Amino acid sequence: MTPVTAPGKAPGKTRAPKIAKASGPVAPHYQLRLFVTGTTPRSARAIQNIRAICEAYLPSRYDLEVIDIYQHPEHVKAEQIVVTPTLVRQLPHPVRKLIGDLSDTARVLAGLDIAPRQISVSPPETKHAA
Amino acid sequence: MVETPPAGLLKCPTGIRGLDEITLGGLPRGRPTLVCGGAGCGKTLLGMEFLVRGATEFGEPGVCLSFEETADELAGNVASLGFDLASLVARKKLVVDHIYLDRSLIEETGEYDLEALFVRLDHAVDSIGAKRVLLDSVEALFAGLDNESVLRSELRRLFRWLKERNLTAVITGERGTETLSRHGLEEYISDCVILLDCQVTETVLTRRLRVVKYRGSTHGMNEYPFLIESDGFSVLPVTSIYLKHVACNERISTGVPALDRMFGGEGCYRGSSILVSGTAGTGKTSLTAHFVDAACARGEKCIFFSFEESADQLVRNMLSIGIDLARWVRKGLLHFHSVRPTSFGLEMHLVKIHKIIDEIKPGIVVVDPVTGLLHAGTASETRSVLLRLIYFLKEKGITAVITTLTNGGTVMERTEIEVSSLVDAWLLLRDIESGGERNRGLYILKARGIAHSNQIREFLLTAHGVELREVYLGEAGLLTGSGRVTQEAKDASAAMLARQEVERKQLLLQRKRKVLDAQIAALQLDLAAEEQESQQLIAQEQLKIVKWERDRGEMARSRFGDKGPEEHSNGRVKAPRLSRSGA
Repeated sequence: MTPVTAPGKAPGKTRAPKIAKASGPVAPHYQLRLFVTGTTPRSARAIQNIRAICEAYLPSRYDLEVIDIYQHPEHVKAEQIVVTPTLVRQLPHPVRKLIGDLSDTARVLAGLDIAPRQISVSPPETKHAA
Repeated sequence: MVETPPAGLLKCPTGIRGLDEITLGGLPRGRPTLVCGGAGCGKTLLGMEFLVRGATEFGEPGVCLSFEETADELAGNVASLGFDLASLVARKKLVVDHIYLDRSLIEETGEYDLEALFVRLDHAVDSIGAKRVLLDSVEALFAGLDNESVLRSELRRLFRWLKERNLTAVITGERGTETLSRHGLEEYISDCVILLDCQVTETVLTRRLRVVKYRGSTHGMNEYPFLIESDGFSVLPVTSIYLKHVACNERISTGVPALDRMFGGEGCYRGSSILVSGTAGTGKTSLTAHFVDAACARGEKCIFFSFEESADQLVRNMLSIGIDLARWVRKGLLHFHSVRPTSFGLEMHLVKIHKIIDEIKPGIVVVDPVTGLLHAGTASETRSVLLRLIYFLKEKGITAVITTLTNGGTVMERTEIEVSSLVDAWLLLRDIESGGERNRGLYILKARGIAHSNQIREFLLTAHGVELREVYLGEAGLLTGSGRVTQEAKDASAAMLARQEVERKQLLLQRKRKVLDAQIAALQLDLAAEEQESQQLIAQEQLKIVKWERDRGEMARSRFGDKGPEEHSNGRVKAPRLSRSGA
């Protein structure tokens, strides 16, 4: 597991190592951007949650970029971010936005259009908000 | 502005015509103001004008967070008001940020806050050093986000944040059914709340504005009509809530010398409002033409607002009574503004009048007739518009001549739209029917501050303009027109006869005196002659006596020798006695 980029620092890109893809129809590659606000507990929680979900459901087919809007306010306007944390699914199209600390896994999966087949196979252990 | 606000409460002028007067200086500086109202009331325009005027007139850059319209849409919308947003943005005077929340593309997955919005706003404010903020309309967030409790606490935080940053903010909100804004924003924004409203009465739309509350400051409490016109928002009219206009002592001629004499010999006060009322065809317009002619002759600019006749028609008609208005038009002193009353709403008329007056800056304004405006609105609205027009003109020190048509059958001393109490002088023109003809009468019903004539004058329209005649008031009652002329002729001949009779009697007396004088003279002459004659006789008689006595003495001496006459005077001889009368 790639170490999580600490929020508040420069935006970090974590790229899952590309492993052999599943057989059958080609599963889409996910390009995700998570907008957080510094090192608040809510931000940390969101980062932790999305990483767990990605690792569980999108192994080796996702790019996750964590952006601290305090340091890069220009992104906020360009991406139409209003609330934090916001996760933007830039790929596959269409662009989707998920807001909140991503603790509701079912809604995250639904929002990201991750195949329900995979959900039933192995429900992930995600950390919920206290 | 109108009043200096109390210490501690600074005001931020909006630059919006009228609003700064109502709020006595503007919105509370460094605090948020809620502007709420129904759809299409002009909330966004008010907010945008607040920003644009701030940036262009007060050197205060502004940020607009628009939750409903994109920057381009907004720029397009306000371009119709003459605001060039693109240029302001390019000059770093304005930032327009469109905040877009599409619920269908958003999934809520847990706790969140609006920190991103704060960051966006903060970034925008810092980028140009903004002093003013418009949030239009923040309630769109309620449609985009589910978690109302989070939203409420975040909005509360937002307004507090705005205050901490000392930003003067306008927050717009849709009007709710029972609350001022749909989501009760007034609970959080308690410094100043402005309510916009639009109502359609008899197919005419009127927009109204009311300052619901303004913490720490007095303000105009009423509903004020406002307009959105080609150069922005204006709360109309720009009349302050106080009567503060300066009273001018200068008197100006009415253009009719006889009328000036009725006004204490000097005419009316400059800057006063003069109402000319009367039934149809009593010569109201002709009388106003005299005012105009006199004003132009003094070199004053004049605007003639006509709701009945075109400029050409007026010029032609006035020429028929010897007033050449066309020359003043050519000189650029007289401006006609003829418009049909029904062409647009009442408020629009008022705006047009205001604008033209502001452009031309006349010394005298004629509105002929104001009753024409009744076609554009209800009576009460017309009255309020007129009231504001009169106050506006008074504030500017412009003499107003207003005509009003009184319908036949109604009480003369009552104007159709009850403006009489507003005006300073009131001339009433009326028909006087007598002897099978209809003549015009004029009198001054009131003239504030002028000792004026209380007479009814006959009012003649001649080829040399208006002339005033004394009305005949005699044994036969009040007579005008040919009745007056006949009666005057009769009176004249009667007077002549009487005069001749007197002369005749005087002559007679003189003759008598002369005759008597002659008689007296003759008698005196007779007397004198008689007197003379008598005295001669007396003298002769006396001489006779003397002679007789001497003769007697000589006789005696001759008879008695040496005896003296004394010896013989023993009574035998007596001298004849002379009568004393001498006859």
